Amino acid sequence: MPYPISIRPFGIHAVLVEWPNEVEEGILNDILHFKHYLVNECLPKGQWELVPAYNSLTLIQLSETIDFKKFSNKLNTWYNDIKELNIRVQRYLCKLPVCYDLDFGIDLNEVSEKLGLSVDEIIKQHTEHIYRVYGIGFLPGFMYLGGLPKSLEIPRRAEPRLNVVAGAVGLASKQTGVYPQDSPGGWNIIGNCAVPIFSPKREVPCLVNVGDQVQFHAISRAEHDLHVIEGQVGIYKIEKTPINA
Amino acid sequence: MLKILKSGFYTTVQDKGRFGFRDKGVPVAGAMDNIALERANRLLENEDEAAVLEITMTGPTIVFEESTYIVLSGATMSATLNNKPVLNYKIYKIESGDILSYGRLEHGIRSYLAIKYGFETNVVLNSRSFSKAITKIVCLKNNYEVPYTSCESFDPKISELKVDDYYNEEVLGVAKGPEFEMLTDKQLEKVFGSDFTVSKDNNRMAYQLNEKIDGHNKSMLTSATLPGTVQFTPNGKLIILMKDGQTTGGYPRILQLTDKAISILAQKRAGENVSFKLL
Repeated sequence: MPYPISIRPFGIHAVLVEWPNEVEEGILNDILHFKHYLVNECLPKGQWELVPAYNSLTLIQLSETIDFKKFSNKLNTWYNDIKELNIRVQRYLCKLPVCYDLDFGIDLNEVSEKLGLSVDEIIKQHTEHIYRVYGIGFLPGFMYLGGLPKSLEIPRRAEPRLNVVAGAVGLASKQTGVYPQDSPGGWNIIGNCAVPIFSPKREVPCLVNVGDQVQFHAISRAEHDLHVIEGQVGIYKIEKTPINA
Repeated sequence: MLKILKSGFYTTVQDKGRFGFRDKGVPVAGAMDNIALERANRLLENEDEAAVLEITMTGPTIVFEESTYIVLSGATMSATLNNKPVLNYKIYKIESGDILSYGRLEHGIRSYLAIKYGFETNVVLNSRSFSKAITKIVCLKNNYEVPYTSCESFDPKISELKVDDYYNEEVLGVAKGPEFEMLTDKQLEKVFGSDFTVSKDNNRMAYQLNEKIDGHNKSMLTSATLPGTVQFTPNGKLIILMKDGQTTGGYPRILQLTDKAISILAQKRAGENVSFKLL
């Protein structure tokens, strides 16, 4: 901090703020600090939506037309303000249980062959790394996770599947993630997470925020089945611990 | 309640949309043709947030169980109330047992049925708009019931509206999108100098266009998208995101439709012409 930022209009109701074109923790932190300051100190409540992702922050005005010149000047001033402020954004580490049973990890054997790693080694590596949420989009609760070890990078499947089941945990090039609902998809599926990351029925519908960390841990089929039942009655426990920024 | 006696092709409850959850990947949803929604609600002197039925392509047959007042707007589908023709943008009094049905599609593709006080299906995450993975019901089927509060008498300020028919317009007003500057002169000429036709791949999520322009190999990090964002794929396809569109994407965003252009496009079907005009 500070990074050179660019501010551009995105139609008449939105403004796009962009940081350098890198996937980097420092940039993400800077975006989240700026977002925190804008939401809490600068923008009127209830009139804006802010969408952070990787190296950008999009500010969407819900009804009015934005006077771009005036507003971008303000944004620059506000961005300069955050240098002086010691903004802390509370983040969490969310531990997600994954069953890597071959019934769920339908591509595990193929991935094992292609990567030259045993299934156990894949599970070990996938669960020992901590991932950062760089964005949420595509589907409600779909996390763009950064931090996959190079050894687990594998291209998308040549032919996407017409349906990947909700909870499927996948690998695709530099990314890993969880399909929050049934959807078409081309990722290599290695397991299933029974805890729904997004549920409109919960008071806080999404378990994670952009900037949080995620770690997977392997569970047995029996534990997975229990989580499924817990999910159906809505009593599952979520392992979420605050971390120091 | 009103009851769906025979479901049409695709009928949903929609309001202005679901705001506040885009950073969690939740699409805005809401009426595709917001102009039609607003006009109908204003005639009925409803709140801005009042929910309507969005009726796509072929309409349902509906029976009303309580008295109320309704307005039809948007596409025209030869609607009849107890077998008598119904005009758009005109208030009709409804009595218990009245039957509204739709016939041949005339103009546009999305028609709206607004009701006094709005429909009262559950509010989920600040909105009544139907949306996959958000609301329990995604579209109305036979025998589904939709609640509303009855209204015995209502003395409207205006009972009928003469409106500009914007459905015949083919020009979509656009602003430059964030990645507009990547376009070469040749691509610009194609984007602004030619007509496009709506692909059969068009729905509440996105409208694809049939004609391609020269492709590109620009890659970018996933970033926010909006309803009305024109995405430009590497093989030269243009995809216009609509109300149920994803909230982030990785394709360059070359243009951004105006609100009016979104309404115009929302009334187009496969094969119809559109063109872009930079405002």
